[in-house]
Amino acid sequence: MRRLPDAQPPEPARRGYLDGVRAAAPIGVAAVAFGVSFGVLARSAGMGRVAPVVMSLTTFGGSAQFAAASILGAGGGVVTAVVAAVLLNLRYGPIGLSTATALTGPWWQRALTAQLLVDESWAIAQRDDGRIDRHLLVGAGLLLLVGWTGGTAVGTFAGDLVADPESLGLDAAFPALFLALLWPQVGERSRLLAAVGGAAIALALMPFTGAGVPIVAASLACLVGARRS
Amino acid sequence: MSAVWITVIVVGLATIAIKAAGPLLVAVRTPPPRARSALEHLAPALLAALVVTQSLGGDNGGFTIDPRLAGLAAGAVALLLRAPLLLVITAAALTAALVRLIT
Repeated sequence: MRRLPDAQPPEPARRGYLDGVRAAAPIGVAAVAFGVSFGVLARSAGMGRVAPVVMSLTTFGGSAQFAAASILGAGGGVVTAVVAAVLLNLRYGPIGLSTATALTGPWWQRALTAQLLVDESWAIAQRDDGRIDRHLLVGAGLLLLVGWTGGTAVGTFAGDLVADPESLGLDAAFPALFLALLWPQVGERSRLLAAVGGAAIALALMPFTGAGVPIVAASLACLVGARRS
Repeated sequence: MSAVWITVIVVGLATIAIKAAGPLLVAVRTPPPRARSALEHLAPALLAALVVTQSLGGDNGGFTIDPRLAGLAAGAVALLLRAPLLLVITAAALTAALVRLIT
């Protein structure tokens, strides 16, 4: 890498797709492990070998897939499974909105890039000013998509050989990731307020609503940014 | 068609539509400054909600207190010590695994 002379003002670092891949690598390990456990669960829920992989590739959202598979496995029926999964994925509405100004190109390209949105790729693509870096999003999203889908395939075929990700503490990696990415964003007072508001709304709703609803409702806290400053 | 495939296809199509909706709708017109500012506050609000739901959420809704919380605390300590992201995540996972091992 070329070093800039010290006298120049620091340019905002230009990030490429590879930076996104690199940034997502540690959480990619957890994504593979949970992909494997989704494959195992889906198989034991009677989803066969192909459908779970197709679901990982198209739905590409862990919590919704786990919910759908466990409902089908418990004999809960198609409607219940679909409603639960769609409710969980409704958060990609507000998440997609937050990336809208960062995505460029023709409509099909924006729609395609948006498919790489999962909580983790979106979180990794955050810049400290609360906006999204498209290159980071694409790099991180592709790595996670490959890891998650590949893990699912491994799980449906050879799941018994792999350790339970929870015994490795990998379920704690996700909240820690989100906290680490939230950290540099809340230096500004109004953003701190939005974070506190979002957490409070989620906490208040969690005992009463199904999973998924609290996160969608928490997005209302962004309205603190709409006040005249 | 089997229940499994109907679920996979309907959930897949719905998710693809939900993910694409924001970028397709907003790009039609550049949002006014106050809407833009609200959009930029979506990230901290959603990230904070994800921290809460991923550390406390139970399998079937509601709260569950389990070793994830200890892991999150370890991650927070690592953040206070200005550790890099990889170390923050590793500290959280190792702590949760340890707590699970001894309890």
